[in-house]
Amino acid sequence: MAKITFNTDLCKGCGLCVSACPKGILALDTNQINKKGYSPAVMTDQEKCIACAFCATMCPDCIITVEK
Amino acid sequence: MAVVFEKPKALTDVPLHYCPGCPHGIIHRLVAEAIDELGIEGQTIGVAPVGCAVMAYDYFACDMIEAPHGRAPAVATGIKRCRPENVVFTYQGDGDLASIGMAETVHSAARNENITVIFVNNAIYGMTGGQMAPTSLPGQVTQTSPYGRDVKHCGWPIRVSEMLSTLEGPEFIARVAVNNVKNVKNAKKAIKKAFENQIQGKGFSLVEVVSACPTNWGMTPQKALEWVESDMLPYYPIGVYKDRSAAKEEK
Amino acid sequence: MAEKVLMKGNEAIAEAAIRAGCRHYFGYPITPQTEIAAYMAKKMPKIGGVFLQAESEIASINMVYGAAATGMRVMTSSSSPGISLKTEGLSYIAGSDVPALVVNVQRGGPGLGGIQPSQSDYFQATKGGGHGDYRMIVLAPASVQEMASLTIKGFNLADKYRMTSMILADGTIGQMMEPISFEDAEIETYEKPWALTGHGNARKHNIVNSLYLQPDALERTNFERYEKYAAIEENEPMWEEYMMEDAEICVVAFGIASRVAKNAVVAARAEGIKVGLIRPITLWPFPTKALRKAADQCKRFISVELNMGQMIEDVRLATECKRPVSLCHRAGGMIPSPEQVLESIRKAQKGE
Repeated sequence: MAKITFNTDLCKGCGLCVSACPKGILALDTNQINKKGYSPAVMTDQEKCIACAFCATMCPDCIITVEK
Repeated sequence: MAVVFEKPKALTDVPLHYCPGCPHGIIHRLVAEAIDELGIEGQTIGVAPVGCAVMAYDYFACDMIEAPHGRAPAVATGIKRCRPENVVFTYQGDGDLASIGMAETVHSAARNENITVIFVNNAIYGMTGGQMAPTSLPGQVTQTSPYGRDVKHCGWPIRVSEMLSTLEGPEFIARVAVNNVKNVKNAKKAIKKAFENQIQGKGFSLVEVVSACPTNWGMTPQKALEWVESDMLPYYPIGVYKDRSAAKEEK
Repeated sequence: MAEKVLMKGNEAIAEAAIRAGCRHYFGYPITPQTEIAAYMAKKMPKIGGVFLQAESEIASINMVYGAAATGMRVMTSSSSPGISLKTEGLSYIAGSDVPALVVNVQRGGPGLGGIQPSQSDYFQATKGGGHGDYRMIVLAPASVQEMASLTIKGFNLADKYRMTSMILADGTIGQMMEPISFEDAEIETYEKPWALTGHGNARKHNIVNSLYLQPDALERTNFERYEKYAAIEENEPMWEEYMMEDAEICVVAFGIASRVAKNAVVAARAEGIKVGLIRPITLWPFPTKALRKAADQCKRFISVELNMGQMIEDVRLATECKRPVSLCHRAGGMIPSPEQVLESIRKAQKGE
């Protein structure tokens, strides 16, 4: 069981986490606009997450916490 | 549940001002992780440059100073010579370190000044809006090389790591990149080593981090990282260019 | 009786700095101040201090900036063209409010000029030099004794007000030998909670910085700094008055020029001319009150300088143009003779 938490308010929607995810389960949520005016990254399928932390490794804004 | 990954403590809670997808944030985090893992935040003094990272003093939780453009190694020298027991690092971009501050860079390396230098090479002046840098590639289009960098007119980009490694002085010179997960992990190792060297009194350790500037390169963040792989790394190969202690051990 | 030692002016600065607690010197070779660096190179390693010859004037002033930010007493020395290179760092030091001592043993200019004594960096020292609104405390020694005592005073004032003190000397006093004493010097110490020492996990991180992107914040720092400058203008001016009690003509001169002027004043008194001398010891803060008071008493002023006429502007400002001010000067490495100054006094007496 793995858990990803985004500090969504600080996400700039750069999408580097989306590209880095080996399971392809992250996406930019175009239905949402955060405080900074970006469409933030969201988890689409938590069940499939393997806690590899690739997303957090590539996140330039340090907004991802990974737990396992 | 155990935490696998979280923001390092050596970064403050001040939100980073960098553009979306700018790898400065990744590199800041790697420096902060090294500081956390070595348990040195309380004794570390950082030197911010002039450039995009000018406000690094707000982001690192250790004591910080902001240096004039290019002078960070001289400022760091003054600090380290006064407080050799503290850990002193500079964080500089390519315009700062390899253009206006080249003399300070070369001479602090030649003195084997016991400091750690993090050199972010993204081949452009970011803060001033994307002008040609000393590391801009031949043919690279920038605001001040709108027809592409013409090496006959303005010379060739400088390979800082290779150049510094010809000096007798420095302890450790390495080039890393932050364009993918594997390279980021290796970059972390080199940065941590550059701090460890200082703690062990080994001397000048510089890590050149090949980075990207999606905004001024006019690319998406992901495309910019791909351009690092396809265009930057062939001119600026990853590697350890000098490691005096390792070379001694081999002998 | 305080013990006297015979010293060269430049060496007196170096020895005084060490006695004031300075253990870090960063510099770059330039004539005519090399004895300061040579003295430091010899002494510092023996007393656990640091002498470092930097790759440039720019690097040396930035080493001073970093060192000053750690709270240590630190200095650099140079001469005119070298000070021009240091002005970038001087502006940052001012903008970051850290204390430092900078010595300028002036030579003739502009450009490479010459290596003979001059006072042509008066504007650069007292009006800024670097960019932005800032001041330095400028101390002008007129003897080897003052090279020493003003160096110690300069460190005290720099720490007290968190800013640069500049010793504005010249090649003559730098090379001159006179007997001096260090025993009267009072060394003050100040708390430096702002210094970069590593927070030791015991306080919030200290930041030494001159960047304020919010215009209101930048303006606030400038206003606060100018409140400090106003206090200095009120409390710290230093000057010497010589034969001013009944003077009708006032000669104003600093540094080496004041020694020539003093001889001329004595000679003029022998001719029955009621003349005195005001010698500013601090060029900033300028002894405005002393000059203003003299303007009530004297009918004419003479500014004696080794330049094309720089301090004369401050004399006019201080006396609010109530009295005529004439200039007696030589430029670019030449020194006026006492006869030249005496002739100026005679002319002033005649109302010329």
